[in-house]
Formats: sequence, structure tokens, C-alpha cells
Amino acid sequence: MTHPFGVTLAALVPLTLASLMTGAASVDIFSALDDPWAMLVLMESRLPRTLAVLLTGAALSVAGMLLQALVRNRFVGPDTIGTAESAALGLLAVTLIAPATPIWGKILISSLCAMAGTALFVALIRRLPPREIMLVPISGIILSGVIGSVVVYIAWQADLMQYISTWLMLGEFSGVIAGRYEMLWFAAAAAALAWFAADRFAILSLGEEVATGLGLGTRGIMRFGLAVVAVVSAMVVTTVGMIPFIGLVVPNIVSRIMGDNLRQSLPMVAAAGAALLLSCDLVGRLIRYPFEIPVGTVMGFVGAGIFLYLLYRRPARV
Amino acid sequence: MSEAALHRPALSAPPIRLVGGLALLLLAASAIWLFQGLSSGNRGFILQLRAVKLGAMITVGAGIGVSTVLFQTVAGNRVLTPSIMGFDALYVLLQTAMISSLGAVGFSSVPELTKFLCEVALMCLLAMVLFGTLLGHGTRDIGRTILTGVILGFMFRSASQLLGRLIDPNEYAVVQAATVVNFSRADTTLLPIGAALCAAAVLAALKLSPRLDVMALGRDTAVSLGLRFAPMVLSTLGLVAVLVSVSTALVGPMALFGGAAFFGLIVTGITHGLVRSHRHEILLPAAALIAANILVIGQMIFERALGQQTALGVVIEFAGGLFFLYLLLKGRIR
Repeated sequence: MTHPFGVTLAALVPLTLASLMTGAASVDIFSALDDPWAMLVLMESRLPRTLAVLLTGAALSVAGMLLQALVRNRFVGPDTIGTAESAALGLLAVTLIAPATPIWGKILISSLCAMAGTALFVALIRRLPPREIMLVPISGIILSGVIGSVVVYIAWQADLMQYISTWLMLGEFSGVIAGRYEMLWFAAAAAALAWFAADRFAILSLGEEVATGLGLGTRGIMRFGLAVVAVVSAMVVTTVGMIPFIGLVVPNIVSRIMGDNLRQSLPMVAAAGAALLLSCDLVGRLIRYPFEIPVGTVMGFVGAGIFLYLLYRRPARV
Repeated sequence: MSEAALHRPALSAPPIRLVGGLALLLLAASAIWLFQGLSSGNRGFILQLRAVKLGAMITVGAGIGVSTVLFQTVAGNRVLTPSIMGFDALYVLLQTAMISSLGAVGFSSVPELTKFLCEVALMCLLAMVLFGTLLGHGTRDIGRTILTGVILGFMFRSASQLLGRLIDPNEYAVVQAATVVNFSRADTTLLPIGAALCAAAVLAALKLSPRLDVMALGRDTAVSLGLRFAPMVLSTLGLVAVLVSVSTALVGPMALFGGAAFFGLIVTGITHGLVRSHRHEILLPAAALIAANILVIGQMIFERALGQQTALGVVIEFAGGLFFLYLLLKGRIR
């Protein structure tokens, strides 16, 4: 049998080409070298957008995989536990309190808030009655609702609803041009860093006691994992808005195919996440060409379907 | 059932007094709502506007209160609400689908009543098929059921957005107008119909209440007591569908704004705390009155005192969400 990683990588090539060729402006990207107009469209719009989608898909999927290892539950993702809402809350707070903060400062504070929110979720689920697997994702969804309502309330008071709507609404890439997406490289870099600690995450996912017994300092690796999830979410929320389900379904599918050896499966998770998000983005762009449907909407529908399938088809083990 | 109905003990006085008190409170709140700050201006006009909004709030409150109690009895669980399980998202999807298939002009030219009745009928059918299969066998794995409902709701919402984006912008404006929450939206044509349907559904639920009491004992006990369980599940879900459709048609999908998912939860939480009885005869009116009171008084505080229209839904989501988390942590949700 061919290796699934190879298949995914091979699928990425035509998807990327299709993404570069799709858009409202009709230009021939293959003659871009001779045609300055085509070159401009390619370099300023098509390529940045395609890269943004690839980076987001890969980073969110890896973040989801880490999160699932940290909390030892397959049914959570960065978008369903309040991380995005916490990031938005941080951004909102810094916008209101110190509007002059440079953009990297805002992102830093937003990441810290996202980390605090994620840590709150982890603390919360430790208090849940044990053996109630399904209560973990439910608590996450409720927690994100609660934090989200705080964000909406503050924004409503401060007349900033329009400002925050892009973060809390479904993500989309239609506004991405060169200069507007580069933060996503940091998200991808954070996700890539996780690969070096992959074995530790795999051990941590066996449970805290087992991990400590095997000589792993669980607190440090836990904090590192939370930081990666938070940084990825904060970057994605601030640049394109949160995208549902991708960080939830991709790790599930990959671990069904490849098992839980994270060092092996993380590259596959990244590639599969990039491919799935790019496919959804293409569908969103083509279904009503030349108009666009936000990728978050497409992903919401597709992702919910896959999630329900996983919920009922998965063997009882989690 | 009729034999059992003959020998039911009479309700004790405290619950009846409670319901009476709640009704009086609602009357007082309504009077304040209608007449406060009424200047010598165009009184008739102001009164009519306020009365329509008041009628909408009471109808919606009663609808959400009663439908949540009914739904929790079917599900055999105190933490499920129709909108947590995606009921109103389904209604919105249905409406969007109708607009996109009929077109904006076609949709607008169908008489209000016909359209509404068709929607309610379709909604009942879908709800019975979907939620009947989900809940009909008695929910053993409650966590998975809730999660399924939440995800289904998400899926319906995405599907409505998808459909909404696919149709013509003019038609989309119709969708948007039909799917934004607003208590002022209820108009004089739809409100009487909605209120009448809601009242009919509440009366039907009251009529069923002895059987609901039996159903609340759980599937096995209820069946051994001679209750025909499956038809009872279907008719209760039908009533829930009617009530949810009426509330959603009157004021828009509160769940999309966040509030309603937990509103029902807060209402039934308070109801069970105050009533201390398992009799639906008393639970149903109490829940209806409590919900209506919260909406009228809460809306009055937010609109008149704080000068904000939409904040109530946000506050309900915040408080309701915390309450739900508390229930989760206390291990009350199983």
C-alpha cells in the first residue's frame, strides 16, 4: 500500500495549482514571467492567499492534535474550548486600554489571554466527574460561549461590534493579500516546533501518572503544548478569524490511519489539514463563482458532518 | 390512563399559590411595561406598540418554558433544551431552504398563515424523525446525545449560511430579515396567530400532563404501567416543534444570538427549584409564567433602565453558561 503521507502530499500539488489559478481576475499564471499584470495578481493576491490557507490548515490541525494529547480527549479542538474567544477578549482589552500598542504587542497579549483561557479549560475539566468522556467537549463549547458573551458585551458597550465580528465569525481568506497574512508564518513555526517535542506529547497522552513514572516532567511539556495551541489560535483569529472543526477532525482521521505515534503522524496531520482546508476554500470559491463563500461556512458544514460520523463510528476507546 | 386519572390525588395548596403568585407578578410587570412613562403624546399608538411587544414576549416565554419542560421529560434529563439540541437552528434552515426554493417573491407572496402552518408542519415532521430517533430509545449516553445535538445545530447553522450565500442578494435580505432576533418584529398579523397556536399547544400539553408524569418515570417503568411510549414521544416532540416554531417565527432565532440555548435551562432550573413537585399540571404553567416574567422584567430593566436592547440575550448566555458549567462540575449531568 502506498504511504498515506505521500498520497496527501501528492494531492496538495494539484490543489495548490488550482488555488493559484482560481480567482475573479482571469490571468494565465503560467505566463506570469512575461506578463507583469499576471505576475502582480499572482504575487500580491493568489500566492499569499494560497499560502495563508495552507499555513492555517496545517497549524490549526497540529494545534488540535497537541490539544487532544494534552487533555486526553479526542473530541476537542482549538475552536471548541474557548481559546479563540479568549484571544479575542485579549485583543479587545488591549484595544480599549492601550490602543497605541504596536501590533506585535497586541498579538502577544492576545496569545497570553488565549493561553490563560486554554489553561482555564484544562483546570475545569480536571474537576469534571471522571469517566464522562463526552462532558469534556461539552464543557469546552459552553466555556467558549461564556467567554464569547463577555466579549460581545464589552464590544457592545464600547461600540466595537464591527471590529470584533471578524474574529468571532467564521474565518475567511478573501481579504488576504501580501502584507496581510505574514503572522500566519509564526503560527506555522509554533506548530512546527511541536514536532521536536512530539515524543513527549505522545507520552503525556498516556496519562499524567504514566508519564511521570516514565520520567517525564509533565508540567513543562503541558505548558509548552498550551503555548503552541494559544499562539496558533491567536495568530489565526487575528488574521483570518477562527475556522471551525479543522483542528478537531483532521487529528481524528489521521490517528485512525496512522496511530498515536506523534513524531510520525504530526507531518501527516499538517499536510492533511492543509489539504482539507484548501479543498474547502476552493469549494467556497468555485460554488458560486465569481462570488465567494467563507471557508468557515464550508468547513462548518463539512466538519460537522465528519465529526458526527466520527462520534458514532469510533470504537469506544478514546 | 382514564382509570388512573380518576384517582389522582388533588394538588396541594402551595404549588397552586405559587402559580397564582407568578401570574400576579406577570400582570403587575405587564401593567408597568404598558403604562410607565406614558406621556400625553400619541397614547393609542404607543400602547399598541408596547402591547404587541408584550404579547410577543409572553408568548415566546411561555413557548420556551413549556417546550423545555416537555423536551426534558422526553429526554429523561434535566439539562437538555430544544435549542441546545439544535431545534431552532433546524427551523432557520427550513426557512432559508424555503426562501431559496421559492424565491424571495414567491416566499413573500405566500400568505403569512399558510406559510407559517406549512413551516410548523414540516418542522414537526423533521423533528419527529430526527429527534425521535435520537431520543426515542431513552438516552443512555447523555453526553453523546448532547454533543450530537450541539454539532447538529452547528451543521444546520452552517447549512443555512451556505444556502444564504448561494441565493440572490435580494433574497438574502429576506433571509436576514427573517432570521434576526427582535422582539419588536412581531407584528399585528402574526402575533394573534402565534399566540393562539402557542396557547393551543400549551393546553394540549396540559391535557397530556398525567401521561407526561408517567413518561417522566422513565421508559421501562412507563411501559410497564401501560403507557404507549413511542406515540407519546412523538406527540410530545410534535408539541415541542410547534412551540419552538412559534417562538422562532415571532421573534427570530434566539439561539443564533446565543441566549435561548440556556434560557430554557435557567427557566426549568428555577421551576424545579420553586415548584418541588413532579406533576406536569403544575410544572408546565409555572415554567411558562417564570419564563414570561424573566423576559418581561429583564427586558424592561435592560431597555428602560440601561438603555440597551440586545444585552438581555448576552446576559442570559453568560449566566446560563455558568449555570450549565456548575451543573457539569457538580456531576448533575449524566
